[in-house]
Amino acid sequence: MIGASLGAAAYERASEISAILAVANPVGDRRLARLSSRPDVVLALSGIGISFGGVKALSDVDLEVEVGEIRAVIGPNGAGKSSLINIISGLYHADRGRIAIGGQSFSRVPASRLARLGVARTFQNLALFGGLSVRNNIACGRVHTRRASFVEHIAGLPRARSEDAGIAEKTDQIVAFLHLESVADRLVATLPYGLQKRVELARALVAEPKLLLLDEPMAGMTATEKAEMAGFVRAARDRHGVTIILIEHDIGVVMGLSDRVAVLDYGRKIADGTPAEVRADPAVIRAYIGTAEGENGEDIR
Amino acid sequence: MAVQALDAARLPVDWAKLVQKLALATALFVVAYGVVPAYASGYLVEAILLPFLALSLAAVGLNLLTGYCGQLSLGSSAFMAVGAFGAYNFNLRVEGLPLAVTMILAGISAAGFGVVFGLPSLRLRGFYLAVSTLAAQFFVQWALTKFGWFSNDNPSGVISAPHLAVAGLSLDSATGRYLLSVTTVMVLTALVWRLVNSATGRNFIAVRDNETAARVIGVPVLRTKLLAFAISSFIIGIAGVLWAFTYLRTVEPAGFNLDRSFQILFIIIIGGLASIRGAFLGAAFIVVLPLFLSRLGAFLFGGLFDSGVLDMSQRIVLGALIIIFLIAEPSGLSALFDRLKRRIGSRSS
Ligand SMILES: Nc1ncnc2c1ncn2[C@@H]1O[C@H](COP(=O)(O)OP(=O)(O)O)[C@@H](O)[C@H]1O
Ligand SMILES: [Mg+2]
Repeated sequence: MIGASLGAAAYERASEISAILAVANPVGDRRLARLSSRPDVVLALSGIGISFGGVKALSDVDLEVEVGEIRAVIGPNGAGKSSLINIISGLYHADRGRIAIGGQSFSRVPASRLARLGVARTFQNLALFGGLSVRNNIACGRVHTRRASFVEHIAGLPRARSEDAGIAEKTDQIVAFLHLESVADRLVATLPYGLQKRVELARALVAEPKLLLLDEPMAGMTATEKAEMAGFVRAARDRHGVTIILIEHDIGVVMGLSDRVAVLDYGRKIADGTPAEVRADPAVIRAYIGTAEGENGEDIR
Repeated sequence: MAVQALDAARLPVDWAKLVQKLALATALFVVAYGVVPAYASGYLVEAILLPFLALSLAAVGLNLLTGYCGQLSLGSSAFMAVGAFGAYNFNLRVEGLPLAVTMILAGISAAGFGVVFGLPSLRLRGFYLAVSTLAAQFFVQWALTKFGWFSNDNPSGVISAPHLAVAGLSLDSATGRYLLSVTTVMVLTALVWRLVNSATGRNFIAVRDNETAARVIGVPVLRTKLLAFAISSFIIGIAGVLWAFTYLRTVEPAGFNLDRSFQILFIIIIGGLASIRGAFLGAAFIVVLPLFLSRLGAFLFGGLFDSGVLDMSQRIVLGALIIIFLIAEPSGLSALFDRLKRRIGSRSS
């Protein structure tokens, strides 16, 4: 939006400089400082790089996300999308670069404080608590707001009870919002895959995050389920005002849902802009056609 | 009006179930405090009920840690020993300490030990954690044998149960010891039941089922694990007091060896992981099995079935059962019990 093509050249130069300086990245740091002080920027990544035993999963990725937008990140399998989400949520630590979340800047995001920073996420592979009911899985999403100790819980003291009541109310709202009433008291592990994905979205939404990271929330779903899920994602933004980073393979879904799209290929950001801009970008077409005929079989429609 | 309707919809009170629960609780109290003290033989109390109660409580404690929180431990016996020797020393060295306070202090000592030996759980998982809890096992036995102070300088480290009394009432008889044991077990089990159904209990399960997801949503993973070790060890420690004071009456450190730790682990595997009822079913099974085998063996083979053969056959049967349960019914006796209940329920309706 803010002139992706204009920025591209400058970023390229910045990355050269940072490659020479190897560790310090003054250009990126200054850029991050500028971005993170802007109230409309929820998240700003600057010069993010990470490698796994020689495999460069991400190199020099910049990304900013504005309040209230649905920001898609697409790219072929292995492009580094999940790594990016894992860095933002503190599960991976970037080798270089900085992450600014709501004005606070980190080189390593503290995962255990993520919820309190206003960030919630779902996982590419389901990460639910199989031994708990749907309702209790969702209620866990508000655990970061709890203060009562285990003694207060055992004794049923007022603070524990009021926390429970407040969380039960919020849980009920999300259960209704995502139409999970009929399965709310079932063990989550007994639900079909598509519904489990929805419970994971519910567990993230109940935290009332400012920023929601969705790693392939529609993967493996039928067309109907996908459409339903897309509706929920949009409704989450429209009704709850949450900013969303969405990783998704289905280009049709992405183009219809997102405000801006960033494209990763082999760990580099090769394009960034509105869906229309990205669709017309020659580098994107090349990357996708290259892989569509290759081993990955990504579809671009 | 509208609010009432909404509440009623959200919390449907199942009266039939409530009545059933009340009836069950009443029956439990009548049996525990009426029928057993009045009619149970000395043999039944001394040889079956007292070990059953102490082992059940230890299994409830281990189930909290392993079944609910997913932290495998082979140190149960060590925590029982800390509880037993702790209670012995508190009672010996502090004049006029009430029995309840002695037991709580013993539990707290065991909890402290549990936290220290639970520290590796912050780094290690599964099998590796289990191996590291062995350290507790060996350390405690070594310390209790090495330092005579713990057993008041008894040459072989043996301790004997002190005079047991609550509010001046002597509990030294078999019935008295039974009442002490059953009350302790019921109170602690009720508290554990409250715990596992609270937000803290759900944190335990979250850490067990997906530690990464738990961390990201804000479950304090490290604190939760150490809390599980502390509460679990507290309960196992008090089970150790019951084992030493109400059942055996005299114990040596070697009585709390690795075999006992495995026995408690087998109880929760056979009874059912993450099930309080399973701890009791498993303990009943483990206590009754040798008695059953010896009767059966004597009936089938007469004098040939001596204690050596009994011991061996018990190990073989137990080993086979563990394997069968792990493969065919990982949820243990508790799940079998549920299935049986449902089948009977569907036939009668
Ligand atoms: N934990 C990890 N250990 C080793 N390699 C990893 C790890 N996570 C990701 N990678 C590697 O990083 C690259 C990018 O992976 P990923 O971020 O999962 O891609 P995507 O989500 O776009 O499919 C892949 O080559 C993958 O093998
Ligand atoms: Mg991925």
